[in-house]
Amino acid sequence: MGIALALLGAASAALFAGIGSAIGVGRAGQAAAGLVTEDPTQFSRALILQLLPGTQGIYGLLIAFIALSNIGLLGGTVDTGMSVGTGLMYLFACLPMAFVGLVSAMQQSKASVASIGLVAKRPDQFGKSMIFPAMVETYAILALLVSILAINGIK
Amino acid sequence: MTDNQYYYAVARIRSRELSLLNQSFIDQLLGAKSMDEAMRLLQDKGWHMPDEYTTESDRVEKMLSVEKKKTWDLIGELVDDMSVFDVLLIENDYHNLKAAVKEALTSDIHMDIFSGGGTIEPRVMEEAVKTRDFSPLPDEMEPVAEKALETLLHTHDGQLTDVIIDKAALIAIGKAAKKSGSPVLELYAGLKVASADIKIAIRAVKTGKDKNFIREALAPCDTLNTERLAEACGEGMDAIYDYLSLTEYSDAVPELKKSPSAFERWCDNLIIRNIRSEITHPYTLGPLAAYIIARENEISTVRIVLSGLINDLPEQSVRERAREMYV
Repeated sequence: MGIALALLGAASAALFAGIGSAIGVGRAGQAAAGLVTEDPTQFSRALILQLLPGTQGIYGLLIAFIALSNIGLLGGTVDTGMSVGTGLMYLFACLPMAFVGLVSAMQQSKASVASIGLVAKRPDQFGKSMIFPAMVETYAILALLVSILAINGIK
Repeated sequence: MTDNQYYYAVARIRSRELSLLNQSFIDQLLGAKSMDEAMRLLQDKGWHMPDEYTTESDRVEKMLSVEKKKTWDLIGELVDDMSVFDVLLIENDYHNLKAAVKEALTSDIHMDIFSGGGTIEPRVMEEAVKTRDFSPLPDEMEPVAEKALETLLHTHDGQLTDVIIDKAALIAIGKAAKKSGSPVLELYAGLKVASADIKIAIRAVKTGKDKNFIREALAPCDTLNTERLAEACGEGMDAIYDYLSLTEYSDAVPELKKSPSAFERWCDNLIIRNIRSEITHPYTLGPLAAYIIARENEISTVRIVLSGLINDLPEQSVRERAREMYV
């Protein structure tokens, strides 16, 4: 039971953060395609803004890897007799990345879409336009740190 | 269609907004000394230049109709379900209905009296009226067409027929706006209906119509009490001004006192000022609707400026009629 809970935590981190990023990158991609349809020279700028909500998926994957590694699943030393308490600790350690990853990726995509609109109007303001969605990234990074610290703290 | 589905469309519109005419361009256009100079300025902005034309007016109308078509072609590319924009097109349908009903009194066919850009093909409307089979028309237009035709055939009163159709058009615009779920379109429809009611009231007083006629003509409006407006009509022009001073259209009173065209300009400017916030909305239907309204507004302003040049009107008098721009 303990190992199942730990696996659930690892899977949640990859799953929810990945879902958020998929939605976010897709949403920003639609806006990017709209901009490039009108002005193909904006491709690289639009691409960078589209990719910003994709980082949460990578963070989720990282947490899942760290959790799986700590559990011993990747090295083949899995502890099938893990206690429910330890399993729950892994599960809760992964949840910050899972939930913050999901929500922040979706919110960041909205900021990216708005920034793509900004670039459409003022291509010279690309630098500033990146800052707005990047601010949302802060919270995904905080969740990533909490999840890493929590997983590494489990004995 | 939910607002979430307009990311692509709004990004394209954001780019297109760069080529909308701004106030300084309109000032430049107003300063043009000749038609050729004005047309050159518009050509530099990417506006269509017709190769063949009979008169200068024909040249202008051909250019403007292509520009109008360009707008709707773009929106057609961006939106799968164009019915959300019915609110902007219904007016043309009811204009065509008026034309078809009046044409029914004569045996001739005058396709040139119909305007394009509606939701129903003018030919369908013409055929429906001619055969008295109104079933091809939308449900809400069917009884209106029948009533208008009956009225015209029995009374030969073109004005009464216009009143029936105009009121139905305003009601249909209001309904279509509510159906679209877009705050911009609802705002547009609300202002359209209110301004039409005010114009009806003013015209009714000037032509000495009775209260019953006015009550029949006024369309239900969320921002005006049509009963009070009809009462005011019975008391005269000052009573209308007094009533309007108590409403959100109080700023319209000085314009109404100036001239009908000053009031028209005020109405158009009010719509543009109210939709201008859409420039910052990133992914709703609003920016698309605002873009269409802005394009229609610049097309009508260009028409005013070029007509002024064709008719050799003083720049100041044309400037007073030019509308505010969206960007």
